[in-house]
Amino acid sequence: MRRTYLGEFEEVVLLMVAILDGEGYGVTVSQALEEHTGRVVTFGTVHNTLIRLEEKGFVNSELGGATAERGGRRKRLFRVTALGSRALQEIQQLRQELWQLVPPHSLQLGGV
Amino acid sequence: MKSNPTPPRWVHWLLRQLHPENTLEEVAGDLDELYAHWHTRAGKTQATLRYVLNVVSVLPPFVRRRKQAKQQYEHYSPLHPAMIRNYLKIAWRNLTKNKIYSFINISGLATGMAVTIMIGLWVYDELSFDRQTKHYDRIAQLWQFVTFDVEKTSYNSLPIPLAQELRSKYPDFDLVSLASFDRTAVLASGENRFTKTGNYVESDFLPMMSVKMLVGTYRGLTDVNSILLSASTAKTLFGTADPLNKLIKLDNKVNVRVTGIYEDFPQNSSFKATLFLAPWRLLMAINENAKGQQDQWDSNGFPIYVQLKNGVSADQASARIKDIRMKRENPPPYKPEFFLHPMAKWHLYSDFKNGVNTGGLIQFVWLFGIIGVFVLLLACINFMNLSTARSEKRAKEVGIRKAVGSLRGQLISQFFAESLLVTGLAFVLALVLVQLSLPLFNTIADKHVQILWFSPIFWLIGLGFTLLTGLIAASYPALYLSSFQPIKVLKGTIRMGRLAAIPRKVLVVFQFAVSITLIIGTIIVLRQIEFAKDRPVGYSRNRLIEVRINTPELVGRYNPLRTDLLNTGAVANMSESDKSLTADYGGTTDISWPGKTPDMHPLIISNLVTHDFGKTIDWQLTAGRDFSRAYTTDSSAMILNESALKLMGLTRPLGTLIKQSGREYRVIGIVKDIINGNPFEAIQPSFFVIDYRNVNIITLKLAPQVATSQALEKVAEVFKQYNPAAPFEYTFVDDEYGKKFGKETRIGNLAMIFAAFAIFISCLGIFGLASFIAEQRTKEIGVRKVLGASVMNLWGLLSRDFIVLVLISIGIATPIAWYLLNNWLQHYTYRTTIAWWVFALTGAGTLLLTLLTVSFQSVRAALTDPVKSLRSE
Repeated sequence: MRRTYLGEFEEVVLLMVAILDGEGYGVTVSQALEEHTGRVVTFGTVHNTLIRLEEKGFVNSELGGATAERGGRRKRLFRVTALGSRALQEIQQLRQELWQLVPPHSLQLGGV
Repeated sequence: MKSNPTPPRWVHWLLRQLHPENTLEEVAGDLDELYAHWHTRAGKTQATLRYVLNVVSVLPPFVRRRKQAKQQYEHYSPLHPAMIRNYLKIAWRNLTKNKIYSFINISGLATGMAVTIMIGLWVYDELSFDRQTKHYDRIAQLWQFVTFDVEKTSYNSLPIPLAQELRSKYPDFDLVSLASFDRTAVLASGENRFTKTGNYVESDFLPMMSVKMLVGTYRGLTDVNSILLSASTAKTLFGTADPLNKLIKLDNKVNVRVTGIYEDFPQNSSFKATLFLAPWRLLMAINENAKGQQDQWDSNGFPIYVQLKNGVSADQASARIKDIRMKRENPPPYKPEFFLHPMAKWHLYSDFKNGVNTGGLIQFVWLFGIIGVFVLLLACINFMNLSTARSEKRAKEVGIRKAVGSLRGQLISQFFAESLLVTGLAFVLALVLVQLSLPLFNTIADKHVQILWFSPIFWLIGLGFTLLTGLIAASYPALYLSSFQPIKVLKGTIRMGRLAAIPRKVLVVFQFAVSITLIIGTIIVLRQIEFAKDRPVGYSRNRLIEVRINTPELVGRYNPLRTDLLNTGAVANMSESDKSLTADYGGTTDISWPGKTPDMHPLIISNLVTHDFGKTIDWQLTAGRDFSRAYTTDSSAMILNESALKLMGLTRPLGTLIKQSGREYRVIGIVKDIINGNPFEAIQPSFFVIDYRNVNIITLKLAPQVATSQALEKVAEVFKQYNPAAPFEYTFVDDEYGKKFGKETRIGNLAMIFAAFAIFISCLGIFGLASFIAEQRTKEIGVRKVLGASVMNLWGLLSRDFIVLVLISIGIATPIAWYLLNNWLQHYTYRTTIAWWVFALTGAGTLLLTLLTVSFQSVRAALTDPVKSLRSE
């Protein structure tokens, strides 16, 4: 809890940016999100989250070259920063450690 | 590949309009791409719907704004302390650079503020009258309307038994007290003798008027021979000694014991002249006249004060007590109607006309309040005019500042800071001015006004106003000039058109219209006072003094006193009368003459005088003869004044028998009207009869050959012999007469001061504007001079504009002033006419003043060597 808090949706978006590996921008992130998690969210949500992640320093961005298919408009391409990748790894490690502590019988089906 | 489907244009337009600019490109692109994607997957309708939804999701307020990338140089906020210091520094430099302009600006505004603060304090003082009384809203004074002729007149003197009636039969009143009006009395303690005014009251008076006892209690008035002194009276009489239980001799008649000391009533109290309080029963014991009225329902001589019960309004109680007298036996022919006049209205609403309250001082509160607002407005107009005029010169400065990187916010703050600095300085200067001129103002206005240093409201209004003026005056340069594009300003293509000057001209016209109205008003008020002062008074006021018969020693010794006074050689003549020459109370309706109709009940003033009265005051007989000791029948002789003669309509008055209070008198003479009362009103019908017993005033005519001070010394010696128990005190009749003009003179003087300030401020304004315009047209003047224009030509060119404006102002002010003053004059029965030359004179004077002011600048501009003004080109 010492560094900037990463929300659940932020974490997922950050993972998508990592998966897309330099090809992540508004459209691809939205589509990857839908494809991998089944979530359909408005574009504004993705857009806002990407800006917030950049403000927190987990991603950085730059404007890519113009392409004809978008009417000559440039894309803003996102890339995970060192801080972002460390945050993701720490989350994963924390989860792993927590899983170790879970007694095997408590998560058995029907135990609920 | 087929052409990409395009999303609906209006949605796209919406996006362009509302989406933050710095992310518009990538977002629009992304959304286009998504649209194409949806189009191929789900068809056009689905795609459009989704597109609309997603566009909305990136519009404010949903969208998150991307922060600007950090700039190379960090921008300070325009309100950073360093910047504020810089604004003030620059503002100060600007002020000191243009000294004349700053002087005009600050002094003009400060004068206006000072005048307004003083008027404000005066208004506050008037409105706060009597408010220190605890039960302010429940106290009232009894009044009555009486009908002598057709109109109802109002009196605040009432019959004594009414007080008991109110107390016993009407449950509306908590407290009821008779009082005596302020009376003068000689208070003597050993060798210390002073004449003081005070009131005889019942004990209810003390709690009612929240009298604050410093020593003793409210029970101090229980004993007949007791007296309460105000702190100041106690101090004059006893110095530092303890006054409690000391004996005082009152009017050399009766000894009373000091049973308490109360804090003096404040200056803004109706009882400020009440310097001692004595028991009502004492008055009954020592005053035969008052005692005689004790059970008389038809002798109206005393005020009655009441405190209403909680929840009873003055109107309700008035309705209940209205007909008390008419329901009793033998109602008098003048049909008294009693009513309550609440304390809140005593001071400001004291005038009644025909049974209706017509205001009073409140009219002056309004008048001066409005004048104050106007003067302030004039000063603000100056300030704004000069600021906007100056600011056009500063367009270049704005250009340069912007070129070297000033932000608009900084320029706006700069202009506001300058303006606020000026108004702030003006406010401080105004406070200093007020503090310095308050003593003078208090003398003229007859007030004890102070700056309310500790009143938060005062500071709130003062500072709030300062701030507001500063912000309004600076709004034009701050908001308009700061928007200029530097390239245009610096190239010189921005030109202030003719239209820019129009608001300024309107304001100048307004300023002068107000000033001219005030000047005309002042002249007419002063003329009205002069007119009334020149009114023939009917006797000779010169070297006439009056001495009050204040102790029993002076009663019944007419002849020896007269002989001794005449023997001093300092006195030309002496007589006695029942009242002062400058008073007009004491009327009667119990009078009849041949030809009087039964429905006439006019009030006729009765004057009791001695044989020598006429010769002493030098009255003017128009018919018949004066009283004379040669005729023993003169004890039942009567002299009428012309108004009485006119009222009675007697064709051959001499010898007519007139019946008054059961006695018959024969008319032996008619005198010219004598002004006793208000010199602005019609003179009351009066009669004079001989009476040596019921006299109160000794009138002396000082001999013309002796210097006044010597004559007074000799007279004083004689009075010391006859009346050692009382200090010798006298009044000059012409002084007393002069006091009748006090109110009008005060208004005249105040109006004169305000008018002077208004015109001063207006002239300061055009002086500033003229200098500005002359400066602006320097090149034009240079070119004209080179082409052969004479100084006269140029002077005319520069002055013409202002003359036209002032002429318009005169045109506007004349009808307004005429209308207002005509209304004002209607208040007076004896009034001057509004002469046309007043308007002509004021107009000419203002024009001349304007011309002088403007010429100073225009002549200077016209005399400038064209070589200098054109050199830079």
